[in-house]
Amino acid sequence: MARIESEVGTRTGAVMKWIDDRFPFTETMKYHITEYYASKNFNWWYIFGVLAMVVLVIQILSGIFLTMNYKPSATDAFASVEYIMRDVEWGWLIRYMHSTGASFFFIVVYLHMYRAMLYGSYKKPRELIWVIGMLIFFVLFAEAFAGYLLPWGQMSYWGAQVIISLFGAIPVVGEALVEIIRGDYAITDITLNRFFALHVIVLPLALIALVFVHIVALHHVGSNNPDGVEIKEHKGPDGIPLDGIAFHPYHTTKDLVGIIVFLMLFSAVMFFAPDMGGYFLEHANFEPANVMATPEHIAPVWYFTPFYAILRAVPDKLWGAVLMAGSVLLPAFLPWLDRARVKSIRYRGWIYKMALGAFVISFCTLGWLGMQPAEGLYVLMARIFSVIYFAFFLTMPYYTTIDKTKPVPERVVYHG
Amino acid sequence: MVSTRFAGLARRGLSIMDSSMLARLGRTGSIIMRRLSLAGLHRTAAATVLAFILTCGAHAATEVELEPAGNDPDNINSLQRGARNFMNYCSGCHSAKYVRFNTLGRGLELSEDQLVENLMFNAEKTFETIQAAMPMNDAARWFGQPPPDMSLIARARGTDYVFNFIKGFYLDPDSPTGVDNRVLAGTSMPHVLWELQGYQTADYSIDENGTEHFEGFEQVTEGSLSAEEFDEFARDTVNFLEYISEPVRSTRRVLGVWVLMFLIVFWIIASMLKKQVWKDVT
Amino acid sequence: MTDDVDRNRRHFLTVATAVTGGAGLVAATIPFLSSLKPSARAQALGAPVEVPVGSLEPGEMIRVMWRGKLVYVLRRTEEMLSRLGSVTGYLDDPDSANVEQQPEYAVNEYRSVKPEFLVVEGSCTHLGCAPLAEFQVGPADDWQGGFFCPCHGSRFDLSGRVYKGVPAPTNLRVPPYRFIREDIIMIGVDSGAA
Repeated sequence: MARIESEVGTRTGAVMKWIDDRFPFTETMKYHITEYYASKNFNWWYIFGVLAMVVLVIQILSGIFLTMNYKPSATDAFASVEYIMRDVEWGWLIRYMHSTGASFFFIVVYLHMYRAMLYGSYKKPRELIWVIGMLIFFVLFAEAFAGYLLPWGQMSYWGAQVIISLFGAIPVVGEALVEIIRGDYAITDITLNRFFALHVIVLPLALIALVFVHIVALHHVGSNNPDGVEIKEHKGPDGIPLDGIAFHPYHTTKDLVGIIVFLMLFSAVMFFAPDMGGYFLEHANFEPANVMATPEHIAPVWYFTPFYAILRAVPDKLWGAVLMAGSVLLPAFLPWLDRARVKSIRYRGWIYKMALGAFVISFCTLGWLGMQPAEGLYVLMARIFSVIYFAFFLTMPYYTTIDKTKPVPERVVYHG
Repeated sequence: MVSTRFAGLARRGLSIMDSSMLARLGRTGSIIMRRLSLAGLHRTAAATVLAFILTCGAHAATEVELEPAGNDPDNINSLQRGARNFMNYCSGCHSAKYVRFNTLGRGLELSEDQLVENLMFNAEKTFETIQAAMPMNDAARWFGQPPPDMSLIARARGTDYVFNFIKGFYLDPDSPTGVDNRVLAGTSMPHVLWELQGYQTADYSIDENGTEHFEGFEQVTEGSLSAEEFDEFARDTVNFLEYISEPVRSTRRVLGVWVLMFLIVFWIIASMLKKQVWKDVT
Repeated sequence: MTDDVDRNRRHFLTVATAVTGGAGLVAATIPFLSSLKPSARAQALGAPVEVPVGSLEPGEMIRVMWRGKLVYVLRRTEEMLSRLGSVTGYLDDPDSANVEQQPEYAVNEYRSVKPEFLVVEGSCTHLGCAPLAEFQVGPADDWQGGFFCPCHGSRFDLSGRVYKGVPAPTNLRVPPYRFIREDIIMIGVDSGAA
């Protein structure tokens, strides 16, 4: 019995050796999975990176199957979506999976980014991970925007109209640029066709490449942790960080639990409220695009609204666009704006805690304001919270310097 | 020529353009003839305005206070009645072009015979979709734009909106159709259900800012249904419209329960494994 | 002792998790794979088609489409029918023994419901080219008339039966059909209400 087992063992061993001589399979598995050591004191904030990966897979899979039935043409697009919803067996599930996934992608990514801000994950030596992550975020925006045009409903059409027009605010080249984006003098079949190309191949490819680089960079420097302590600075005699535990089986089993909880929430929305009260699938988008009539109330999908509110807060086309672009770009500079000596919120002073709190409140409020009509009190509020949003970043070099931090422990805090 | 086309519709039990209705309203000539006789410019402008108003209805809905439809998409009898209502009173002009009869029959638990006899007036095969009896090009000419497709109307505008729209026609001598609608002012749709609902007028009060406020309807002529019966009629119809806007609704909810139950089991097992594995971590 | 218990428990839980997760993944593939099947629209478009054959001259063939496939309807003359028996020896499956290739009611020398009317799919059983109609008796190879596939030279007789020694492995396929009237064939159904 034992002989047979060992024989099987040698045989698989030989196969593995054959592969390893030609491709670093075992080495890669060790480096990224079985011998990738991450801190043992991760809390649930650390689940969102993995979840973003899960959503990416869901989106790519459901997207492939949607592509098989969707028609990127102004005359057929709307009907082809309904065809998927009604005539294609299980098409409704695949479509809802994709539309729910779009919103969940942003929920997860926003929380993932917030985690980095909580624990200073963008600080040295992880600046590049953060910058690559921001690039992913930009591409994701473009991907979501291109995807939203595809159903060719009223919101698809007029939302795209508004956002594409933004580029027209750029001096000199603006109008020409807008024509190049649309490929026509208005948003037409041609625009839809190229947005389809962007949505299903160009941007996903960029996304996957960037995610790959993001992870390579992360595994090179190692993951941060809620204490913001570098676990590599305390290694055992075997060279393994004392506070590190292998990604597999420890973090994998923990992540699996998180993934299941996530799938529960995802399923709850997908099966019981795929419209999410008009936030995930906007009501007006169930009417085909009509060039003759703008819906009186245009609001982008929820994940764009914080930035949209900033756009509308400025009573000038160019400056509105500039500030909106600024609000999206600014977070990329966090590694250099933040001068604090500690990483984690646990050891920061009250100033940063207040500032971060104000930022979260302003971001969420702006998100809500972006869905309200741009009038009266709403505009005033949008202006106030836009100022807070920008102040959080622009005055950061100052307040993080004067903020009184607490001493950081040598090792991570872990209570079994 | 126009009137002969409508004669065809009338034979099918549709009384939209019934001449007696027009006579009772004391109108001269048919609506269609009037619209066609309008000066070209006037007509184009009217058509554009109507098109605009019709598509902006969603916004109108937010301004007008709506009576809740209170329909129940799980009530199969109500859905069947709604389907009958829709096919008898709406499908002359409105298509539901994404809805196939056979799929509908399965969803509403109708046999093929029931389907063919009670619902399929302008279709031959059960796999066909619901098309309007009226030619759409002519419709666009008569009404300024073709009557909208009804497949997704309940999802786009909400059931309350549609419910109040069906109930909201009132006499308005200034309108080319003789009626206006409370939730969609200036609609080009005539009061198709006058025989059932009768005619009503709307009371509007004007406040100090000059804004109109709807106060209520007043029944002028009785229809064949009582107010409660007509509410039920409208409710069933709206129910049907909600159903066809997402036929998979009940399927997804049933499946969702199973998926969640599976995930709970999976979560328990995975949590136990995590706990076990993490015993190593001190 | 406790180590052993732990190890067993861990092994059990690992297997349980893998099995449950695996089952979930398998279940999740069902909707994706099912979505590849012909949709309701494809089924609608693939519905039976009616072919009026009353006006067909003897010896005339028409081509019709059913489910996106080419179907030949040939009204054979008495003389054509009489030629069928003479080629039997050259055929691979003269008795239509391969049940895949025709409905039960077409298992006969004529491979049809009524001897006069041949209904076959115009798709060579080799690689799907459309065979040409070569009904004349030809001088070459004792050709008794039938179908000739220009792609790779497969030959079939006037009942769509394949000759020996050609690339096509089986007789031309007979689609399900029936006469709903004396002069109307409905392709796509063999029984039940039209």
